[in-house]
Amino acid sequence: MSDTILRTADGKPLKAALQRASAVARRRAFWLVLPLLAFVVITFVVPIGQMLSRSVTNDAFSANMPQLVAWFEANPEGTEPDEAAFAALAADLTNAAAERTIGSVATRINYDVSGTRSLFTSAGRKAKKLEAPFKESVVAMDPKWGEPIVWAAMRNASAKLTTSFYQAAMDRKLSAKGVFEKAPGDLQVYLKLFGRTLALSAVVTFLCLLLGYPVAHLLASLPMSKSSLLMILVLLPFWTSLLVRTTSWMVLLQEQGILNNTLVGLGIISDENRFALMYNQAGTIIAMTHILLPFMILPLYSVMKTIPVSYTRAARSLGATSWTTFRRIYVPQTVPGIGAGGILVFILAVGYYITPALVGGATGTLISNQIAFHMQDSLNWSLAAALAAMLLGAVLALYWVYDRLVGIDNMKLG
Amino acid sequence: MKLKTVLLATALTSAAYAAQAAELTVMSWGGAYEASQVEAYNKPFAASKGVTVNMVAADNPATPIAAQVEANNVTIDVADVELSDAVRLCDEGKLEVIDHAALPAGADGTPATEDFVAGALVSECAVANIVWSTVVAYDNTKVSGAASIADFFDTAKIPGKRGLRKGAKANLEMALMADGVPASEVYATLSTPEGVDRAFAKLDTIKADVVWWEAGAQPPQLLADGEVVMSTAYNGRIFNAAVAENKPFTILWDGQIMDFDLFVIPKGAPNKDLAVEYIAYATSAQALADQAKYISYGPSRKSSAPLVGLYQDGKTEMGPHMPTSPEALKNALTNDFEFWADRDVELSEKFNAWLLK
Repeated sequence: MSDTILRTADGKPLKAALQRASAVARRRAFWLVLPLLAFVVITFVVPIGQMLSRSVTNDAFSANMPQLVAWFEANPEGTEPDEAAFAALAADLTNAAAERTIGSVATRINYDVSGTRSLFTSAGRKAKKLEAPFKESVVAMDPKWGEPIVWAAMRNASAKLTTSFYQAAMDRKLSAKGVFEKAPGDLQVYLKLFGRTLALSAVVTFLCLLLGYPVAHLLASLPMSKSSLLMILVLLPFWTSLLVRTTSWMVLLQEQGILNNTLVGLGIISDENRFALMYNQAGTIIAMTHILLPFMILPLYSVMKTIPVSYTRAARSLGATSWTTFRRIYVPQTVPGIGAGGILVFILAVGYYITPALVGGATGTLISNQIAFHMQDSLNWSLAAALAAMLLGAVLALYWVYDRLVGIDNMKLG
Repeated sequence: MKLKTVLLATALTSAAYAAQAAELTVMSWGGAYEASQVEAYNKPFAASKGVTVNMVAADNPATPIAAQVEANNVTIDVADVELSDAVRLCDEGKLEVIDHAALPAGADGTPATEDFVAGALVSECAVANIVWSTVVAYDNTKVSGAASIADFFDTAKIPGKRGLRKGAKANLEMALMADGVPASEVYATLSTPEGVDRAFAKLDTIKADVVWWEAGAQPPQLLADGEVVMSTAYNGRIFNAAVAENKPFTILWDGQIMDFDLFVIPKGAPNKDLAVEYIAYATSAQALADQAKYISYGPSRKSSAPLVGLYQDGKTEMGPHMPTSPEALKNALTNDFEFWADRDVELSEKFNAWLLK
């Protein structure tokens, strides 16, 4: 026996034996995390996945208009709707009206072509009486049925997967020619709002850092007895309900609020020139900065706590000014905390909803308010899902950029 | 194995619960409105039938019931929704059909189908219970001389901030009426691109002075805080603030926009038969008149009007506070649900884009 492989006492290769032993351990460990994994999958991944899948699948049209869907499949894009197409349309409309699904069909097409909801519902009521030749009789019912945009929308909605909700979320609309084009200026909403959301979140993150950094430093450098009192002051608002804090800001900042009343009372501003600090961007920024501040302070504090004082002392004793010491010795050591706090605050801010809804007015609302609008008011859940998916994508992209620039290993959450 | 047993047991117990309870769950809008329904409909119905009636609140009941029907997990038996939502959900097959002919006759013996006011039974899945309206209200200690809807849009004549609902509905109509379009032509005008531009141009004139509200409880609060001097609002909320809470608020009926609230039964409701009985009871002439004792929303039956008496304080005559009173109807618009069903998507988008400008 002159091979060089290490073997166990019973002659098996050591490497394989070790692998087998650790595989067993890994399997046992996996059983331990299984409950958590199942919990996350059932309560998080599946429902969110289902919701997001609505952004590309919406079968309200395709499931209820089978004959027309078959015609679209048999005839490639660009085919003029012929007699067979109109016959299929008439038959499907009759069925959909009888089965009370015509409303779903109408709603789906109305998302892409405004004003077609009643076209479908009224056609559903009359479809039974239609007679061949269908092309003439359907168009005679309403000339809109002959328009290319209606047929383009129907073809688009008959596909299993659709991009039309993402098109809408990127301010693109079906044009009269039947193709998606950039919407006219007075219908562009979402891209502007995405831009505003990212910009406001960046401002809030910056303000949190500006305000939180000295506080965290103070917390980390004070003796224990004093710092724990200060810590309570940081945590107390953190434990208070979000709604209470937002409403308190409204009481403080509104035009007839405490702040403005005090300033007017002191004669600093006149009664007519009260500051507009609420129901605009200023209100959103102030309230959000306050609410998100603990998320910046806590990671910063946990990092600063571990920085030995001797480094800065050494720098000073070697002749560095206090500014140089701060800039070149202290700040670089707090970067993991800045990164963690920054990314935490930014991601929370991007998805903020209640605070901008209450204090944002017209100029301080964010994309999440539009998502809520489509979830709750317009009930266009596919568009809400598309907007939410884009927001998620933007956050993931930023996370990736952050990982590239700073490195995720450099982040310290606490 | 064990997990399966537990799951099965849970499922069985919840099924048993559902089967055993003679319960009815009604979903409404919360606040003073919901309270009026509990007093006028739920309590007497529960007492006479020996069942429990639960009331749950939602911001807009149409949303949760649509979600429940879609998910095939309906827990609500009766919901109170707006007309446009009732028509839309009915078209989408998400509601049970209600036999209007089986509703009780009016107080004077008129068959139900003729006793309801025009438009109240327009959807075969719904029965209207009240007429409510969007009105302009103002603080009469700060504003004097407000006479018409045009004054709401005239910040030179009446300086101060205005409250408006953050949405296209009602605002565009009011803007056109303030711009001189007669109520009867408002929707015809809004159907043209020029009409829409005209409405937005009118809104532009006060845009810088607007505080936007979203929930019905906000306008009375904004008025009370002095944040606005005039605001659009739901008439019942202003009535409640003015009469029950003695706030100095006055309603400007000129240019009001009337709408219905209706009872519907979500498809697959657990207690459908009881739900039908509840709706028949709640929309009877007497019950509708009783409800008007608690809040100033008008009953949807003609024969209920003479039965409407005093407010619960025992001295306020309800008649003049109703959106359907002759004084209030002088220049009133009825919300056109067909128009909004068709154009809601586009006009909401236009409105949101306009807000961003």
